[in-house]
Formats: sequence, C-alpha cells, structure tokens
Amino acid sequence: MNKYLLYPGCSMDSSARAYLESLNTILEPLDLQLDEIEDWNCCGATEYLGINLIPAYSLIARNLALATKQMDSVNGTGGTRTVITPCSACYLNLAKADHYMQERPALGAKVNEALSAGGLEYKPGTLDVRHLLDILVYDIGLDAIKRKVTRPLNGLKVVPYMGCMLPRPDYKHRWSDHEHPTELDDLLRALGADVIDYPLTTECCGGHMTQIGPETAFELIRRLIAGAHERGAYLMAAVCPMCQLNIDAYQLETNRFFHTHYHMPILFFTQLMGLAFGREPAELGIGAELVSARNALAHIGVEVPVTQEPATPRKKDEGLPMPRRWTRHEEKEAVK
Amino acid sequence: MPQMTDERVRAGLNREEDLSLLNEVSVKTAGVSHLEMCIQCGTCGGSCPAAMDMDHTPRMLFAMLRAGMREEVLRSNTPWICVSCYHCVVRCPQEVHIADVMYTLKGMAIKVKLYSDSTAPHFSQTFVDMVETYGRSFELGLASRHYLKHFPLRLPGIMPMGFGMLTKGRIDVAPRRIKQMKQLKAILSRAKKLELTS
Ligand code: SF4
Ligand code: SF4
Repeated sequence: MNKYLLYPGCSMDSSARAYLESLNTILEPLDLQLDEIEDWNCCGATEYLGINLIPAYSLIARNLALATKQMDSVNGTGGTRTVITPCSACYLNLAKADHYMQERPALGAKVNEALSAGGLEYKPGTLDVRHLLDILVYDIGLDAIKRKVTRPLNGLKVVPYMGCMLPRPDYKHRWSDHEHPTELDDLLRALGADVIDYPLTTECCGGHMTQIGPETAFELIRRLIAGAHERGAYLMAAVCPMCQLNIDAYQLETNRFFHTHYHMPILFFTQLMGLAFGREPAELGIGAELVSARNALAHIGVEVPVTQEPATPRKKDEGLPMPRRWTRHEEKEAVK
Repeated sequence: MPQMTDERVRAGLNREEDLSLLNEVSVKTAGVSHLEMCIQCGTCGGSCPAAMDMDHTPRMLFAMLRAGMREEVLRSNTPWICVSCYHCVVRCPQEVHIADVMYTLKGMAIKVKLYSDSTAPHFSQTFVDMVETYGRSFELGLASRHYLKHFPLRLPGIMPMGFGMLTKGRIDVAPRRIKQMKQLKAILSRAKKLELTS
C-alpha cells in the first residue's frame, strides 16, 4: 500500500471535479491511499504573494503545519512525510514555502511567529511536497501502471501538456528537464496512447491573466491550442486544474478574439488513465469539459454519452440572454 | 563617450548607481533574491512569453532598480504582466529569483498605490478577501465581483462559459469554509504585523 497525505486544493471539488472523480477511480488499482489534510486552507494561488509576503507564506505554511500533525498517523500505521497535490499552482506554493523557509531562515522565523498565534509550527524540510504525476511515474512506476491497462488508448493522438509551474523552478530536481520533461509523455505512452511530441509542453496557459489581462492570456492560449492542432492532436492532456480551466473554458473567448475556430479538447491525465483502466467516461467526469472530447474519443471507439444538461434552476427560458442557445451555436461554429 | 540610445536612458544607464532601492527589494523578497548579481545579459526578456505586453523587460527593470528609479519601477506594468512561468528563472545564469522579485514589486506598488491599471491589484485583493473570509477561494463570488467591476463588456461574451460551468457542476454556488477560521484569522492578523527587514 502506497500512502500519502493529500492537499487537494480549492479547484478539485468545483471547476476540476472531473480531476478528482477520475483520480478516485485509479487509487484502488494502483494500491494508493491518500489521506486528506484535515481542514486545509487555500494556498493563495498566485494572488496573495503579490499583496503581502508574510501573510502569504503563513497561509501556505498552515497547511504544512497541519500535515505534520497527521504525518505519523497516516491511516493508522507507518506514516508518511510526503504531501501530494494534483494542482501545479498549489504544488509550487507548498514547495516554495518549504524551500524558502529554509533558504531564508529569517522568513522561516517570521512565518513560525505568525503560525504560533494559531498554536501551530512548521519546521521546514520536514515534509516532501510532490505532485501527483511525480508519484505515479516515480513511486508507482510505469510498469505497474501498464499492468493495469485493459483498454489501451491505441490511436488516440494526444499532446502532453505539463504547464509551467510543475517543472519549474523545480527546487528538488524531481523532473527530467525544466523545459522539455518527458514524464507525462512516458505515462501516456504506457497507456497505449499515440503521444505527439509537443515542444510547447511547458509553456504557460496564461495563469490568472484570463482574469486580469485577457489579451495577454488569449495569445498564450492560442499558441497552445494552435500548436496542438497543427500537430494533428485529437486532444490535450493536462496535469493542473488551472491549465485545464484556461484552455477549456476560455477557448471560446480566445476563438472569438482571434476569429479562429479551434476545437481542441483538454482532459486531465487521470481521466485518460481511468479510460485505459477500463472505466467508463461517465465515472471519470468526461463530459464536464466545455470543449467536448466526444469526437476525440470516438476515434478509439469510446462512446461518451450525450450529457444531460440539467434544467436550469431558474426559469430562464423567457429570460434575458439565453446563454444556452449561444453555447450550442458557438460549439457548432468551433467544430467547423 | 558614445551617445546613449533612448533605451539605455530609459533603463537609467546614464545615472549614478543608487543601490538603496535594489537592496530594499532584495530584503523584501522571499528567499535569497540574487538581484544584485544580475549581469544584464537579457536572457530573461528573451525567454519571456509575455514580454510583448510589458513596459520593460525584466532585464531593463532590474537596471532601473539599480539606478534607483523608484517611481518608474513601481509604475511599470511588468510585474503585473508576469505570468510566473519561471522560464527566465531557470535560464538566468545568475539565479536571480526573478518571479519572486516581481511579487515583491507588486506588493510595494500596491502599498504606495503606484500602478497604472487597477485591474490586477483589485483582482488579487478580491481573491485575498475571499480567502481571508472563508479560508478557501470562491470562484463564483470572485468572478462576479471582478467582472462586474472591471470587464462589464466581457460579460455577454463569457456568459455561455459561465453557464456551461454552472450546468456542468463546475462552479460552487455557495462558498466552502474551513472549520478553524478563527485559527487562520489569528495567524494572518499576526502575520500582517510582521515584515522581512534583514
Ligand atoms: S537573465 Fe538574470 S542575469 Fe540575465 S538580465 Fe535577466 S536577471 Fe539579469
Ligand atoms: S516568470 Fe515572468 S518575467 Fe519570467 S519569463 Fe515568465 S512571465 Fe516572463
């Protein structure tokens, strides 16, 4: 049994619920047990660091402090010092706090002074902060993953999209390369997928710029989807909720901005693992993406049931902007 | 002496060195910034995917820091355009903590209200407000407050997206709270009184 502490991050039960649902399906086959850090709080994303340094690091460090309380009693036995997170932004924040509290003892001291107001303490270096992908590739191993594949994704042309905050700055040298790491390629290949070499794999998705400087973000998103499209990909594989959100949810706006018609679905790599392990799309949150992966998966004979759009809670039909019709129309446009 | 190009003047290379600003930024940056070791090689700007939208490349901004051009530095949009992709960070031959310096500059600009566009600082502040209230981020509250204030014209365009997210169960309609909010508040209010000074 492989046991870890889990820091899920805020997106996992809202915008990235498909990530969580699909992650849950691969735990048992891979003999993985994850203990959620109790009462964890938001890591501050990329926002708090720019406002006020010590509070930002204290916010992050509270999670690390809570994790150390749990580390000896993980699942009753053994224990673990490893915290894993499925989100690249959370991963970097947690890893960064641990790293800088060591590199700059003055920071460590101030953060602990703040933590003590809540009866907590964190000794930097106590925990290992790692990303889910890292665990799967290096702890579980590609062979073990391959053994669980019952529905190889043969013929599924996919680009591996690592994003920027996972392989960089990489304080603990966990990845094969800062700019062209191949871990995600290897994992997707183990699932049988037709992995396309994607030189843009660690380019940025725009991060929070979709919210504050959309034009900057749209250009970054355009490069990524155009790059995937030009290489003949049916879809992209993501390892981070923010990357997935930007490329999926803002693809329509990006298309409108550039007068393009890309239709490039992006799924979480755990959804592809679930499929390869024989699970059905509905169990994996497939269909929750806004740019539908239905056609992409049809290439390998996986049928995604048409999602039942739940009735709107409000009686919106005669209401103002009728967004539902727009969605359908735009989706058709994008497919063209 | 060869004539200074406009760019070199903009970067403050015609001025006397004044390290007080650079030192202040360095002290306030998490980790050991290595800022004083910048050799002006330009690798950062050349690696930056967002440089086209920046007032100054990181290299230029660091030259301005060295020249003590406080107001120009804090007014620059560069730290706000930086997407924290860490391309420059892993390529910088001097291991300058470029992305973290950008965070420091944002914080300093907010303190003295020296920014030309309020969109980004307000977004960060709204996000932080949510976290300080609930302990978790709350996307719907954040997005609605932010878009109404800064991008009312984008609203019709993103409506289908928002609606899709809602019907696909990808947006919480109510915030989630952590249990020990009191503890978190105590930590943050103590933290707010603390600063890195050396
Ligand atoms: S890459 Fe590093 S040394 Fe070169 S200009 Fe940028 S910050 Fe300075
Ligand atoms: S971290 Fe910021 S400054 Fe550096 S390359 Fe990325 S966007 Fe540019």
